[in-house]
Order: sequence, then structure tokens, then C-alpha cells
Amino acid sequence: MEICRRNDEIEISELDPFLAELLRQVPASANPEGVPAAEQRLFSPPTNGKETEICAEWKLYVEPELRRLFRTATETVAADLEQLNGNEKPFADLILRIPSIHADAWLSALNQARLVIAAKYNFTNGELGEHFRSPIGSRRDLSLFQVNFYGFLQEFILRELGAWEKGLGD
Amino acid sequence: MDKSLAAATLPVWKNAGPSTVDNPTIEKETRSEEDLDLPWQVVVHNDPVNLMSYVTMVFQRVFGYPRKKAERHMLEVHHNGRSILWSGMRERAELYVQQLHGYLLLATLEKVG
Repeated sequence: MEICRRNDEIEISELDPFLAELLRQVPASANPEGVPAAEQRLFSPPTNGKETEICAEWKLYVEPELRRLFRTATETVAADLEQLNGNEKPFADLILRIPSIHADAWLSALNQARLVIAAKYNFTNGELGEHFRSPIGSRRDLSLFQVNFYGFLQEFILRELGAWEKGLGD
Repeated sequence: MDKSLAAATLPVWKNAGPSTVDNPTIEKETRSEEDLDLPWQVVVHNDPVNLMSYVTMVFQRVFGYPRKKAERHMLEVHHNGRSILWSGMRERAELYVQQLHGYLLLATLEKVG
């Protein structure tokens, strides 16, 4: 896999089918439905529990807005990921181009996915630090690899976003 | 979010000066609950999943902090488990917490004291 910036896009090329599939999984992985720990993490309370009135109002007014915000990000990412579909050669390497204006949506969706997966598997700090752990093994190992892969993409997007915001475009 | 601003009163002395005034007039100044409600803190808590570079970027964006200051707060969160990012009026603190949650950071609003 190669990742680079071309003008106003981030281009991920030479995507093998395995990594392409992990990317396709971003929107689904970001969905906390059915995982109470993930739901709790994405929609954490705004106070440390003492201010019950604030928490109640938050649930009523802020949480729906946050849900809308997160959904919009994953929908944008899902639309970009359409590029990976419809390839006539199923095992060919693929290219994904992310427009710079979608960078924030990608950061959000990747973050949602990482948080949901981490909550689902209850990864320890130690496990999350094992960046080079082999994905071959259990479903848990594969999910940890997924968290780290998404983190790598986030780092790259963040770096490029910083460059864009400073106006250091190529 | 709680928009009800109950009035409170504080005395203000009129014609303060020579101690020869027998019956000083006391005026009442009205202050909103919000004025008396200071301060609230915006606290960000550690989260092993969020990337350090991401957290720094969020602090820069939400609070307009320069990179060095944002990094200092990020490291405080990382090492101490929490950092107070801002303190002031409740309404603005709520807005900051809402923005931080929008970026998926663990943030809370806490009353000082």
C-alpha cells in the first residue's frame, strides 16, 4: 500500500484486497449499535455524574446532534469508499482518493471505528500499544490490527491536514 | 442550557466617603446567576485510543490554542489522566464540552470547588 497527497486529494494506492476490505469496514465498524460499551463511549456523559440536570438536558438536546454529526461523517466516508466497488478484477490492487474537504469526515469516522472496536473488545492499554502484533490468529487480533491500521491512516490524514491548513500545498 | 437566570442582589454603598453620613442609602445591584456561577471547568480525560496528534489538533481547533500550549495540555491528559482546558461561564463551558464530544474526546464540565 502507498499513501501520498496529490493536489487536493489523499491517494491510497496499491491497496491489496485485505486492506481494501478493512477500509470498506470503516462505516460498519463505526456503528456502536448493539455494543453498550461502545455506545457509552461515543455518547459519554458531559459531567462526572453530579449534575443530573445537565446530563438529562444533554441526552435530550445534544446527543441527537452528536448522532447526526457522526452519521454524516460515516456517510461521507461510505460514499468515498464506493470507489473500491465494481472492480472487474476482484484481486487487483485498488486506488482510493480522498478529497481534502472530506478529511475531517474521515478523521471522525476512523476515530469512531477505533473507539467502537476498542470498546467492543475491551483492549488494554498494553494491547493498544502493540502496533506490530500479527493480525493472523484470533478475531481479537484482527480487530487490534484494524484499530492500528485506522490509526495509521488518521496520522497520515492529520499530517496532511496540517499542511493544507498551513497552506503548504504542493 | 439552563436559561433561567435567577436574580441575586449585592449591596453597593452610595456616597461612600466621610463617615458623617448617618443614614446611607443602599442601592441594590442585580447580577445574574451566571455571574455568580463562576467558574466552571472544562476537563479532558485520558483515553488510550485517541491519538496524541489528534488530541493536540482538537485542542488547537476548539480553544484556538497555539500548538505548544495544546501539546502541553495533551501531555497533561496523557500523564496525569486529565487536564483543565478552560474555566469560565457555564454556557460557554457547555459549548466547549459539546465541541469536544463532537471530536470524540472524553470531556466533562465540572464546577470548581
